[in-house]
This record gives sequence, C-alpha cells and structure tokens, in this order.
Amino acid sequence: MPPNDSLSWQCDRAIPSEPGAGQRLLDQLVDRLRQMQWAQRDVFGVQLAVEEALVNAIKHGNGYDSTKQVRVQCRLSPQLLQIEIEDEGPGFNPAAVPDPTDPEHLDVPNGRGLMLMRNFMSRVEFNERGNRVVMEKRPDGCR
Amino acid sequence: MVGHRRIEVNAVGDVTVVHFKDHKIIEDLGIQELGQELFQLVDSEHCKKLVLNFSSVDFLSSAALGKLITLDKKTRAQGGKLKLCNIRPEIYEVFAITKLNRFFDIKNDEADALAAF
Repeated sequence: MPPNDSLSWQCDRAIPSEPGAGQRLLDQLVDRLRQMQWAQRDVFGVQLAVEEALVNAIKHGNGYDSTKQVRVQCRLSPQLLQIEIEDEGPGFNPAAVPDPTDPEHLDVPNGRGLMLMRNFMSRVEFNERGNRVVMEKRPDGCR
Repeated sequence: MVGHRRIEVNAVGDVTVVHFKDHKIIEDLGIQELGQELFQLVDSEHCKKLVLNFSSVDFLSSAALGKLITLDKKTRAQGGKLKLCNIRPEIYEVFAITKLNRFFDIKNDEADALAAF
C-alpha cells in the first residue's frame, strides 16, 4: 500500500448538540495531523478553525437542541484536509457578520470565530442556507 | 483570596497575577466559569492591577477572547489596568489576526508586565 494511502483518514460522524460534544473527534483529528507531521502552526490553525465551526453549529446553529445533531464529514491526507460540518439550524448569512477588526466592533466580546476560520484555513465556504460549512487546509509547503 | 477552579491567583505587591489551570481554554462551561472567576477579581475583590500570565495556555478559542475583552472593560471601568503576558506565538497570532493585540496591553513576560504599572 502506498505511504499516502496508509496515512489517509476519513470519518463521518453525527454528534449531539451538547457543549464539548465534538472534542473527541477534534482530538482524533489533531492526533492524525501530528502523525502526518503537519507543522505546529497548521495543527493549531486547524484545531482552532474546527473548534470554532463546531461551536457555531452546536451552539448557534442547533441552539443546544438535544433533538438536533451536527454531521461532520472529514477526509485527511498528508497534503490536504477537507472537512464539512452541517447543523440542523436555520442557517445564517456569513456576509452579514460584521468585521470584528473595525474600530467600532473591536471591543465587542463575540463575532471572531468566522474571521479566525478564514485566516487559518485555505478555503472556507458556506452553502446558500448557511447551515453547512466546507473547509480545506493545505499544510505549508503543499499550497 | 477564595479558591478557584480555573485560575491560580497570587499577589505580587499590589498587583494581582493570574495563572490559568487549563492548558486548553475551549469548553463552553469552562469558559463561563473562567469568566466568572476573573470578573469576581474585579467586581468583588476590587483588584485594580491585573496581570494574566498565559504561560500554561496552549490553546484558546474566540469565546475565551470575549471573556478577556469583558474583563478589560470591567477593569478600566474600575479605574484599573489589565496586562497580558507569556503568550505563545500561535496564540499571539490569534490576537494579531483579530487586532486585539492593539486592544490589550501585551507584554513579553511577567517581569515586563509587573514593571509596566
């Protein structure tokens, strides 16, 4: 089996809408990234972006509703991470989220998750409804 | 000072120095508790010179940033000052991306933070 195939990993999970419910999955993903010797900055960035996306889905999307789930589909190779996170909420318009670095918003306590996702990942796209995000990350040296 | 679950608090002269017990500040309930313990330092114990030492913190989410912003506002409202220090490079990048490195007074280490009051 070629080395890249032996290192690849994928998952398809449904997680409950509870605080911290995605932590096990996130820990597994971080372990895999480290096994693939992704740079520390890339591992940190993926961890932060996925954490922010999971919080968005569980808290803001599903509103901690125990009857709703968050679906996470993930494909990872040494050269590319693709992750899709979908909640059962009404969705939101990412274009309507204010720029948290505007001076008038700088001291607002929330609203930074989306900016961090976009800065640390190579690609971040939402579906039209705004309840599913697809993110990609190519580690440094593979861009 | 009362015992805390999320932070360790020490007095250095008239400055209150806070260390974090969690290496990762992410979990929602934990962040709420952390916020309450930090706010208590200002609201109940009336600490006016605060240093937050991040030497033990490997990771934090944007929700944690929100608590720090609220803490800074509370401290300023009481006529006090808040300084952050010992922030590892990856976390400093989070502050830089969000331009919160301009909002907060960030020092390299605890000695620099203490000397800056």
